[in-house]
Amino acid sequence: MLSAIIAATLLIVGSLFCLVAAVGMLRLPDTLIRMHAATKAGTLGTGFILAAEAVAADDLGTTIRAVAVIVFLLLTAPVAAHLIGRAAYHRGVQLFEKTWIDELDHTMKNKQADPDSERPQS
Amino acid sequence: MIADSQTLLQIVSRLALVLLVISMALAFFRLVRGPQAADRVVALDLISVLIVAFLAAYAVHAGDTSFLDVAIAYALVAFLGTVALARFLLRSGRAARAKRNQKGDEC
Repeated sequence: MLSAIIAATLLIVGSLFCLVAAVGMLRLPDTLIRMHAATKAGTLGTGFILAAEAVAADDLGTTIRAVAVIVFLLLTAPVAAHLIGRAAYHRGVQLFEKTWIDELDHTMKNKQADPDSERPQS
Repeated sequence: MIADSQTLLQIVSRLALVLLVISMALAFFRLVRGPQAADRVVALDLISVLIVAFLAAYAVHAGDTSFLDVAIAYALVAFLGTVALARFLLRSGRAARAKRNQKGDEC
């Protein structure tokens, strides 16, 4: 009964985090800010739900698989977010009007706005 | 008060499934509305993460842990899809900028 209560709590918390991620996706003002909601809250909510499945099943194999999915998500979410953010920025995505600092813009102007030039020449 | 732990998990996992479907609908709304291609890619990424969560919640609901294997496979494929879309965005953005620069030279 105790493990069921823990699993139920984790399920509710996880799905609420996922809901917050989706609401943020809808309500936040620009692409890069929206990625903040999608990547962090979404991954955290999914991790909670996978942990709930591990607790509910109460089985070593299931726990290992759930942990594998969580680790995989934690490894891939930042990589995917970095790639999307980089692509979006280089496409010249419209930034939120209250953005007051854009350090990459400064860097880009110094490097003649060529995304290839930031790679080390080897 | 719910006495049976199985019933509790059934009810709660159904509630979680409903919340996840609502989240997916909201993310899908952003996917349709855009307005830029990058917004759509971010929405697709969120939807794929939500599908992994949905599979895990459904594994609790059905009491069948083999849905976790589906979640593993789906997470792998979704990551590859996101990376491919991001590279496509980067490449098409470069092509568009090169075209713009060419036009700027002609003027």
